Amino acid sequence: MNAATTQEQRQSISEDDVTIIIGLEVHVQLDTKSKLFCGCSTEFGAPPNTQTCVVCTGAPGSLPVINQQALRLSIKTGLALNCEIARFTKWDRKNYFYPDLPKGYQISQFDKPICGLGYLDLFDQRDKSKTRRVVLERAHLEEDAGKSIHDESKQGGNSRIDLNRTGTPLLEIVTQPDMRSAAEARAFLNELKLILTYLEVSDCNMQQGNLRCDGNINLHIRVDGQQIATPIVEIKNMNSFRAAERALDYEAVRQLELWKQNGLTISDAPKQTRGWDAATQTTTLQREKEASADYRYFPDPDLIAVTLSEEEIDSIRSEIDRLPAQWREELIGQHGLKPYDADVMVGQGRGVIDYFLNVAEGCGNSKMAANWIGQEVLRFLNESEATIESYPITSTQMTELLTRVVGGELDQTRAKEVLEQMIEFQLEVQSAMDKLGIKPVDNQEIEALCQQLINENPQVIEQIKGGNAKAVGALIGKARKLNPNASPGLVKNTILKMVGG
Amino acid sequence: MDFSNLTATQCVNQFASGEVTATALVQSCLHQIQQNDPSLNSFIRTSDSALPIAQALDIKRAAGKPLGPLAGLPIAIKDGICTAGLKTTAGSRMLEEFVPVDDATTVKRLVEADAIVIGKTNMDEFAMGSSTEHSHFGISKNPWNHQYVPGGSSGGSASCVAAGLTPASIGSDTGGSIRQPASFCGVTGLKPTYGRVSRFGLIAFASSLDQIGPMARSAEDCALITSVISGHDPKDSTSAKNDIPDFLATLNQPLKGLRIGICKQHFEEGLDSEINDSVKAAIQVLKNLGAVITEISMPHTPYAVAAYYVIAPCEASSNLARFDGVRYTHRTEGVKDLAEMYCQTRAEGFGNEVKKRIMLGTYALSSGYYDAYYLKASKVRRMIKQDYDTAFESVDLILGPTTPTPAFQIGEHSQNPLAMYLADIYTVSANLSGVPAISIPCGISNRGLPIGLQLQARSFDEATLLQTAHQFQMETDWHTRRPNQ
Ligand SMILES: [Zn+2]
Repeated sequence: MNAATTQEQRQSISEDDVTIIIGLEVHVQLDTKSKLFCGCSTEFGAPPNTQTCVVCTGAPGSLPVINQQALRLSIKTGLALNCEIARFTKWDRKNYFYPDLPKGYQISQFDKPICGLGYLDLFDQRDKSKTRRVVLERAHLEEDAGKSIHDESKQGGNSRIDLNRTGTPLLEIVTQPDMRSAAEARAFLNELKLILTYLEVSDCNMQQGNLRCDGNINLHIRVDGQQIATPIVEIKNMNSFRAAERALDYEAVRQLELWKQNGLTISDAPKQTRGWDAATQTTTLQREKEASADYRYFPDPDLIAVTLSEEEIDSIRSEIDRLPAQWREELIGQHGLKPYDADVMVGQGRGVIDYFLNVAEGCGNSKMAANWIGQEVLRFLNESEATIESYPITSTQMTELLTRVVGGELDQTRAKEVLEQMIEFQLEVQSAMDKLGIKPVDNQEIEALCQQLINENPQVIEQIKGGNAKAVGALIGKARKLNPNASPGLVKNTILKMVGG
Repeated sequence: MDFSNLTATQCVNQFASGEVTATALVQSCLHQIQQNDPSLNSFIRTSDSALPIAQALDIKRAAGKPLGPLAGLPIAIKDGICTAGLKTTAGSRMLEEFVPVDDATTVKRLVEADAIVIGKTNMDEFAMGSSTEHSHFGISKNPWNHQYVPGGSSGGSASCVAAGLTPASIGSDTGGSIRQPASFCGVTGLKPTYGRVSRFGLIAFASSLDQIGPMARSAEDCALITSVISGHDPKDSTSAKNDIPDFLATLNQPLKGLRIGICKQHFEEGLDSEINDSVKAAIQVLKNLGAVITEISMPHTPYAVAAYYVIAPCEASSNLARFDGVRYTHRTEGVKDLAEMYCQTRAEGFGNEVKKRIMLGTYALSSGYYDAYYLKASKVRRMIKQDYDTAFESVDLILGPTTPTPAFQIGEHSQNPLAMYLADIYTVSANLSGVPAISIPCGISNRGLPIGLQLQARSFDEATLLQTAHQFQMETDWHTRRPNQ
């Protein structure tokens, strides 16, 4: 695995000889009202140190009490990620000194995590008709540390500490090194985030630090029939999924180049921690670990171990609604969406799916509902960076609009004009149609209109008579100009009938 | 008037009947403290609010309002237990200026029962010690002989009760810290079952072993106080939800048929002969009261001290990590960086005994040593528990000496910490297994120092402990002996 290589061998490596090995550690802040071991609020953005108490500031004599909701949300997540749920789980202290760690230890889980082995299936990034499985090593519950704000002026100013975040519940999800590209790592993160938001266990807001991820990456390189592994690098500070993809891509290239120069393998160099620098789009060395830090884990004597019964686990399982993968299947199978459209819609979250289901059922045409939501609604949401909850048109209004399209009262082009009016002037469907002067056209009017077109366009009529029925298309646009309310279908059929073509 | 010989029960009864005012009781205590404590050093500080609270209580009684079960009782609190608005130092320079926001649950319950917190008692720093020689606030003396230690770590709480400064006090017991000083000072001290009394507000030494309990002049007093401070506390996950029996109701039940086991390992090498004789005499008293005495064996007893001195320092090394100079604690200023702040603050803030135990614990938890020390000690702990389970299949109580020797002289063990650690030999097992245990006076040595008898019971069976101790005290007067002052 770690044989020495010559410069010549290393230079002859092609892309096909290199496999990228990526594992991820994701910290998810669970969406509980209060912290993991005290009653303080977890609300983001409060003034520093206003959401603290004796427990989360580590006052002498204070004791932690587990937040049952955090435990439930962890189990829910574990079940959704196909994890083995521990029937016996306990709390351990991870001891280290840092000013934003008031007790001098973090309460975490060491050898009995709440969630054991699990997995997550992803679309294969190279062939979306296939899936790839990422095995999850474990997921454990722990308390967050506080925030240190250091003086950046280099003038030796004091550091400040905000303990509002201290003690908020985090679920740390650790994957096996199963991802084979940065794009796949990003796809994993996307799917994980989607699942977590569908479960409503976390809002996954990365700006607020509610979802954080670190990556471990190295390369397996085939050299003359042998496999060589490069030193493992842990990348921190990847504060968006896009940053994660770029950092991992960058690191894969950097490791290959470095190996080509020095040939160092996993057994020659210690594990490094590097930070992603968004400004320079590079990773920089943070620290080199000779051996892993000694956290002196031991069971926290202030907390009692948790024993979970089948009933408790089943009760949590019963709270889990359909997950993204199931929704994709349902949208494709039951509602006739194309896989791509189903994926796009699921990717928008539960709110969009519910909106779609309401409209599809209401107007009786899933395909039309899917098209309208996929195009009109999502385009609006993207352009205005809005969520479906703040979209100005309710699913009831959309249903009414599309019902008129299905019923032939409106054609799609006019319906889009109606929608624009509804959004711009906050109108109901009928009011928007009135505003546009859209009203039903009776048969006499249609016949008169068609007669006028026949009279004014003898050449076209000749073509039709000559057997070219398609030529009627040229008259549709003209009909529209004369009377925008005339249904194109009706005009076409009437002309053909009158001409006898 | 001098109320210094009143028991807690007498205080409460006399206050309730109007024989005495709370103000007079508190004034008497404060006077005794003023007179005697400069030489004893059992208090770190008294409470300025004791007198106003007593006055308010007198008004309350005069108005005919309902009174709490401890109304009128002045009580001293070990300084490792938080008192809101009153400095709580755990005997350490590190917490010299620490003023808790909240009362410990125990203190809250005492206050709600109308007891009056009179002051905070001296202790070995962070409860680490068996002599109260290791306090930042000076050495406490044994009121029977000022050359001798009062025991520890709740030495101040034992000393003040023995000297008549206050009728009762609250201590905490991690390896014998209530029972050993109770024995050295000739008072009655109960370590309740682990989980019986909330630890919220007790500055932790070793969380899985620490337990708060009463120290007083009789088993009856301990029963009275224990019934107030016991019970589940939602703020302490390890506090038990078990029902609290009426400890006072069973005190007078006869002992006929009570099965008492004498653990042979408690009478082996190292036991002082005077203690041996006193304990044997006590056994005869209990026999005469109808108890059935049998010899039992608890084979893992010899390993208890070793296991204790691994587990307790391990937990302590982590519990005391929070004292880092960032908040609540002493901080060394003028340092060049964070590491120096930590090092200097902890070097200055902690005394030597505490540093020694932090280092022991840190070492024992380190990777590569964890299995050999912490894990092994935890296994021994389980075996000791097993010994108790087996013993309690055939007996209701286990009886023996509280300590191998009476109080030792101040400074006697300063060169030999191991000898000091062996003072805990009979007491640590109850902490390791969680069972309740009481120490009651059962003799006086030739040098005029008290001797203590220890009784241990099944978990949550404090009632039998208190009943037996009370029956013994009805037959004997050792608990009424006071030092000559
Ligand atoms: Zn808090």
